[in-house]
Order: sequence, then structure tokens, then C-alpha cells
Amino acid sequence: MTTILDPTSERNIVDRERLKRPDSLDGLTVGLLDISKARGDVFLDRIEERLTGVGANVKRYKKPTFTKPAPVDLRHQIATECQVVIEALAD
Amino acid sequence: MAKRTRITVRVMSEPTAPRLPDGIVIVVKRECETCQMVIPVLSQVAAETATHIYTQDDPDFPGEPVAIPDTDLAVSWFHDIETVPTVIRVEGGVEVARTVGWLRTEWETVTGVDHLGADLPPMRPGCGSMSVDPDLVDELRVRFGASTLSSRRIQVADAEDEFEMMFARGWTDGLPVVPPTEMRVMAMLEGTRRAPSDIVATVPPDLDDVTVEKVAVAAVMAGCKPEYLPWVLTAIEAACNDEFNMHGILATTMPVSPVIVCSGPGTRAIGMNSGGNALGQGNRANLTIGRALQLLVRNFGGGRPGEVDRAAHGSPAKISFCFAEADDTSPYGRLAAEHGIDDGVDALTVFAGEGPHCLVDQISRSPESLARSFAHKLQAINHHKLIMAFDAIVVMGPEHARVFADAGWDREQIVAGISEHLNRPGSELVRGAGGIEEGLPEAFADAESLPKFRPGGLMLTYAGGGAGLFSQIIGGWVNGDTGSKPVTRPVTY
Repeated sequence: MTTILDPTSERNIVDRERLKRPDSLDGLTVGLLDISKARGDVFLDRIEERLTGVGANVKRYKKPTFTKPAPVDLRHQIATECQVVIEALAD
Repeated sequence: MAKRTRITVRVMSEPTAPRLPDGIVIVVKRECETCQMVIPVLSQVAAETATHIYTQDDPDFPGEPVAIPDTDLAVSWFHDIETVPTVIRVEGGVEVARTVGWLRTEWETVTGVDHLGADLPPMRPGCGSMSVDPDLVDELRVRFGASTLSSRRIQVADAEDEFEMMFARGWTDGLPVVPPTEMRVMAMLEGTRRAPSDIVATVPPDLDDVTVEKVAVAAVMAGCKPEYLPWVLTAIEAACNDEFNMHGILATTMPVSPVIVCSGPGTRAIGMNSGGNALGQGNRANLTIGRALQLLVRNFGGGRPGEVDRAAHGSPAKISFCFAEADDTSPYGRLAAEHGIDDGVDALTVFAGEGPHCLVDQISRSPESLARSFAHKLQAINHHKLIMAFDAIVVMGPEHARVFADAGWDREQIVAGISEHLNRPGSELVRGAGGIEEGLPEAFADAESLPKFRPGGLMLTYAGGGAGLFSQIIGGWVNGDTGSKPVTRPVTY
């Protein structure tokens, strides 16, 4: 029998329970993160219009560069200032 | 492929060195003629002082005095017996003196017994200990040292093909990988002085800390020899940091990957190729060092195509892209020197690059003409209207380099001579210019002259076969703080 060593990081992934989906966005704060890709702001401006149109408060954030993960401080700020996050990837 | 794999986690106790008894310890083996010659001396010593003889091969040797078998070679391994016979004086469980082979005066000093082996010649060299026998040493390293490895053990059932099992688990780059057995990983770790538990880097995208041990696992899988391991470790350190931004290079839709440029005497010591086909197939060191970095990011970092790796096309260079510069024959030094590495120091540079493009110019014999040819090729990197955002490496072949060298141009002059022809007015580069919608924003239209590369963005290396008026261009990815900076590191052994 051959025994080999595990090449992975052997990490244990923790699943966190999600918050209940809100019935309405009225009065909630929604965070929009601009990843700093060219013309991403044009897209997000339109999303902001739509969200404020249904009564949501919108806060805008921006990553320093699209090529790197969002800094920890920025992620923390978004988590503490917003009730709803829209997560999306575009290119 | 459908067969099942059993996984067990093996908890092993730390192997401990057998304690040597006080008195005189002598390690022998029957196969050694010097050991046979000193049999009368063993009796002489045993008659005078507390003596413990360990025998490696035949438990009945020497017969009288009676020996303690060291059949599993634990005593020999843990007490660093490299030669038989070895004579050790032990006091309070601690070694205080040692001699190897047969040297009468030394034996008398260590044992404290005079007039030993009067009929024997004054000296005779010993033989190799079985514990350092090349045919046994890999197995012994596992037997006595494997419990120092902390990776989970995975047992592959006898009926299962271990190569297919590793494909099935998604641990390969599409080519077979070498099974990372304890024996192979232990042998790989002999390639570095660093401890298996040392942390090397934080590997994206999962951002877990990788140890020397896990790097050795990746190096085995890639097909590396132990002597390549320091280069693999250094490449990982150079690539996995915010400056180089391995995360972005993995995640980007562009077809880039770490290009590893190695130089220094160590490249020749491990047999890297800097000559004909330096960027191609056929050289184990070139191919497997680059592959080890990629496999580590895939298996340890969790970076796989279609997941965090979002490349639109990818590139064959994403399997492995690593080569050596011919810095010993280069007319203009090496890239590492440009990045502050002293002469004679082994070093490597990681660069976020795509696959190589060939520049063919078989006519130019003047440096000015050849520089213009290079400029035309370089202007087109990624898009001829996109400037300053991408660096490039030129891998100049010897026949092209000779044109510049014969004219007395050094590294600085070559880069300046090429760059001189890499300036364009903004009106040619803006969106819509030349009937092409891609380009710079309109705000640049009035700029008189805009360079293709940022300062330091055009890097010169020297490699390739002696015949062929060709060079290779490696185009880069988003540069600087926004994307990736080339990182150069001395090799850590």
C-alpha cells in the first residue's frame, strides 16, 4: 500500500449561517463596492439610482486596485456600516 | 477512476535516539574487512573495560565478544555512525570521545587500553556504515524521521493506481504528478537546511501559511530533484507577497503567470538550461522548478482554473515558465544585477508575464537597425496603443546580443537605444486613432511624445542557442502598485 502526503493546506472551512433575506430594502443601507475597474462606476451609478428608488440608503466604497483583494479594514468598514451587501463580479 | 481511497490520519510518536550505555561502544559489520581484522582487539578492549559492541549486518559477528544486533540501524542512525568500525567512549550517557577506522593510537586514547593489536598495522581505513548506504538511507530517513512531518497521510489502496487517484482528486495540472510518498518528501527535504516546519509564505488565494514541508510535497509532485528545492522555496517567497501579487496574477482574465528567471553559478550546478531551447522542453530543472510553484498555488493555495483562476485563454506558460540566464557568457551581465544582486550570488526574478513571442531579424548588423526592430515588436505588446501599463522582458539570443556587443553597447545603451524608438505622439495612441477604437483616453491627444514603458519596465536577459538571429519577448501584466512588480531574491539554501 502506498502512503502519500496531502498536498493541500488541509484547511477546515467554516460555514457561517446567512442572515435572513430582508423583505424590503426600504430604509436599509446597501453597500456598493467599486473594484476600480474602468467604467465600473458607470454601472454602479445606475445601480445606486435603482436602489435609492426603492427607498434604500446606498453607501459607496472603492478598492485601491482591482487586482488585489479588498483590504481587511475596508471589509470591516462595509460590514459595520451596511445591512445588505450586493456581491458581484464583472470584467 | 471510480475506485475508493481510504484516508487515515496516522499519529506517530517522535522517534527517540537509543541511549548509549556507559563505557566503550564499538559499531562494526561483518562485511567490513577492517572490522574483521580488529576482532582480536575487540576482545582485548572487552577484557579491560566495559565494552558494548553493536553489529549492523550479521548478529553473530564477531561472535566473541558477543555483539548487540543493530539490525534496524537505530543506534547507527541516531548516533551518526558514518564509518565502521567506530569507537565511542560514553560517560553518564554522553559521548566524550570517538574514533573511526583502525588507528592504534586513537583506539588506545579513546578506550584507555594500551598495546592494542600489536600484530596489526598501525592504521587501516574503515568501511561505510550501513546507515549511510545510498540504497538504504531514504528508507531509514522515513523510518526514523518521518514522524517529524505533519502532513496528513493518505493511504492509496493496493488495487488503486496512485497516478489516477491524484488526477481524480484534482491535484494535477493535467499532466501526471509524482506521488509524494514519505520517502520522496524526506529525500526532497535534504535539499535545504531549513526545517520542515518553517513557514515560507502565505499562499493565495486561500491565504494559508505554507511550510517547507508542503513546498517539498509540491516539489516532489512536480518532479524536482532535492537540489532544486532552494530555488523552488525562493520562487515561492518571491511570488507570494503583496508586491508581486500572485493573487491577481492567478485571478486575472489575462494569460499571465509567474515567469522565473534564474541566474548565478547555482543554475549550472543543478543543470539548468540557458542555451538552446532554454524556454522549451527537455530540461528537468527548468521545467520542474516552474511547475512546483504552479502546483503549490493550485493544491495548497486553492487556485484552480475556472474557480479563482479566471483566465480567458490561459497559456502553456501556466504549466511552467522558468529558465536560466547564461550570465557566465553574457556580454551585458544579468537581470538580477539590475535589481541589486551581487556577482556570484544565486538569484531569481519572478515576473508576471505571458508566453514568449519571437523577434526575427536576420539582416540587421548595426545596433541602430536591430534596436528599431526590437522597438517595433515591443510597441505591440498587448496593444500598440496601450502604454506604460505593462512591462516586458527581452530574452536576447547570443547572435542578436553580438550585434550590440560588437558595437560596444552595454546594457544601459541597449535599453536606451531601443526605448528611443518606443515613443509615440498622443494623437496616434488615443481611442479612435488609426481607425481603432481601443486606445488611451482623449485627454492624452495633445501629448507630444509618450513612452511605451515606464522607467525600468523594459528588462534585458540573455539566453538561447548559439545559432539563430532571434530573440524572445515576454510581455507583462498590469504593472506597479496597481498590479504586479517584478521581484528579485537571492536564493536561500
